[in-house]
Amino acid sequence: MLAATFALNVSIWIAFAAISVSQLLAMWRLFVGPHTGDRILALDTMVVNAIGTIVVVGLYQGTPLYFEVTLIIAMLGFVSTVAYARFVLRGDIIE
Amino acid sequence: MILDAIVTFAIAIFLLVGAAFTLVGSYGLMKLPDAMTRLHAPTKVGTMGVGALLLASMTHAFVTQNGSFHELLVMGFLFVTAPISANFMSKVNIHLNNCDTTPDAPDDQQWCTLVQETHTDGAPADKSDTVQS
Repeated sequence: MLAATFALNVSIWIAFAAISVSQLLAMWRLFVGPHTGDRILALDTMVVNAIGTIVVVGLYQGTPLYFEVTLIIAMLGFVSTVAYARFVLRGDIIE
Repeated sequence: MILDAIVTFAIAIFLLVGAAFTLVGSYGLMKLPDAMTRLHAPTKVGTMGVGALLLASMTHAFVTQNGSFHELLVMGFLFVTAPISANFMSKVNIHLNNCDTTPDAPDDQQWCTLVQETHTDGAPADKSDTVQS
């Protein structure tokens, strides 16, 4: 049991590190571009990475409180991605 | 006791799988050469990465407190919305000419997302010069 708890702690920290690195990689793509579609995609990936981070934080603290946060961020991320794409495509979001 | 240890190891493995897929997806977003191929990699983050992390969270909730299937909502929402947003982003790439031009549609048909004013030879008037997106 001690080994299992140790493995869980180590993998939680590995997951934090991996998600942080991937958030930085997505941020690099957001800065570099080169096209608008790449930037929208990078923002979408960053939202999904943020969801992963919050899930791991909830696992680390052992509370179920962060579930609603992930659900709301997932909805907001989808809506914002569609809004960016609509704005590029039509020049207007709500017609 | 033994079962608890096995379940804890399973949570750790789910976490590692999710972290690996998240890292691979974002590395592909950084590494892949052009806009349309770059669209491919981050889908791994949305499905496998966050899916495995939520599976770990759900297993942990079942072990430590009253378990619930709430996380399946987030998973299902991400699975449903990922193709829609990918479709929108590929439309953005097509319209901004960031990718290869689409091949001609068969017969007299046209791709519904593209501008139709290039067809001047008797295109239907109600559909001309509109961007169907």
